[in-house]
Amino acid sequence: MNTKKTLYALFLGICLSSLILWSSDDPTASPSAEPPTETKETPFDLMMQVLTHQRCVNCHPAGDRPRKGDDSHITRALGIPRGNDGHGLQSISCGTCHTTENNDYSGVPGAPDWALAPESMTWEGKTRVEIAEQMMDPQRNGGKSPQEIMKHLTEHELVLWAWEPGIDAEGLPREKPPVSKKDFITAVKEWIASGAIIPEA
Amino acid sequence: MKITFNINGEPRSIDTDGEAPLLWVIRDGLNLKGTKYGCGKAACGACTIHVDGMQVRSCSYPAKFAEGKEITTIEGLSQGDNLHPVQQAWIDEVVPQCGYCQPGFMMATAALLKEIPNPTDEDIDNNIINVCRCATYYRMRKAIHKAAALAKQNPSE
Repeated sequence: MNTKKTLYALFLGICLSSLILWSSDDPTASPSAEPPTETKETPFDLMMQVLTHQRCVNCHPAGDRPRKGDDSHITRALGIPRGNDGHGLQSISCGTCHTTENNDYSGVPGAPDWALAPESMTWEGKTRVEIAEQMMDPQRNGGKSPQEIMKHLTEHELVLWAWEPGIDAEGLPREKPPVSKKDFITAVKEWIASGAIIPEA
Repeated sequence: MKITFNINGEPRSIDTDGEAPLLWVIRDGLNLKGTKYGCGKAACGACTIHVDGMQVRSCSYPAKFAEGKEITTIEGLSQGDNLHPVQQAWIDEVVPQCGYCQPGFMMATAALLKEIPNPTDEDIDNNIINVCRCATYYRMRKAIHKAAALAKQNPSE
């Protein structure tokens, strides 16, 4: 028994020594070998994490029809084209199904002025820089000034609906943007106050 | 809460949960069974009614929003014994198979003809997006064109 214990202790000792030697030879092996670098997200980064999220992009689609759900799919039931003003067609419009508030019975989302963004404000498939350039271009943003864009992003009920998206038809909560509403509003205000500088692509 | 509205030309008041779908107020509260429950998520259109002349999916329309509104269901589409052109065309073209979804289609079609009196096939495809599991779409298309023609013959309807 004593011989077995001795051999076992010897084996453990060899393993432990090897591990120490290997660790000291490879300084990158340990996560604590280098201190973590602190990364600070800029207001532009925070804002864009929201604007590129499906809660926003679903109503800024490429093409003529709204997207639906966390997977941004198209269904026939949502096959209603944007129409002339983003509210649908003559006899069937967004208001046929959507009201000014979320409906927990049907899972149909709703907010005031439920509509598609204008075609000139398509975001789907665009980069963060392209979206920002488009958003700040009065030729494409409906003639809005930076202050008006800030007001739209931080006060419009349809935009802020992204943080109160309700539940879907299965009763499951819709995903919210990855940045809190408070942090998003702060980021938008900081970005525009500092000149709305768009980083180089 | 108490909700007051006109339905098919008659004033009605009803005590109900304001968040309850208007569909159930119409069917169970007012015993108007023509409007159907289909999907319950505003996707199929079986529950289509008119609110202030606009078509809405009543399964997804909270009763509280009906306050003070003019509501029309399939029971109120005709004027007395005079069938609406859409109803007459539906009979003439023998559109229904099982018939369950047809009230919703007729209400959607009536709304379409009010906005586009002479719709093209493209107008029909874009504006009539209800769902029929018997796939009576071909007969419905014929009936919609026929309803447009009947409405021209009897413009008061």
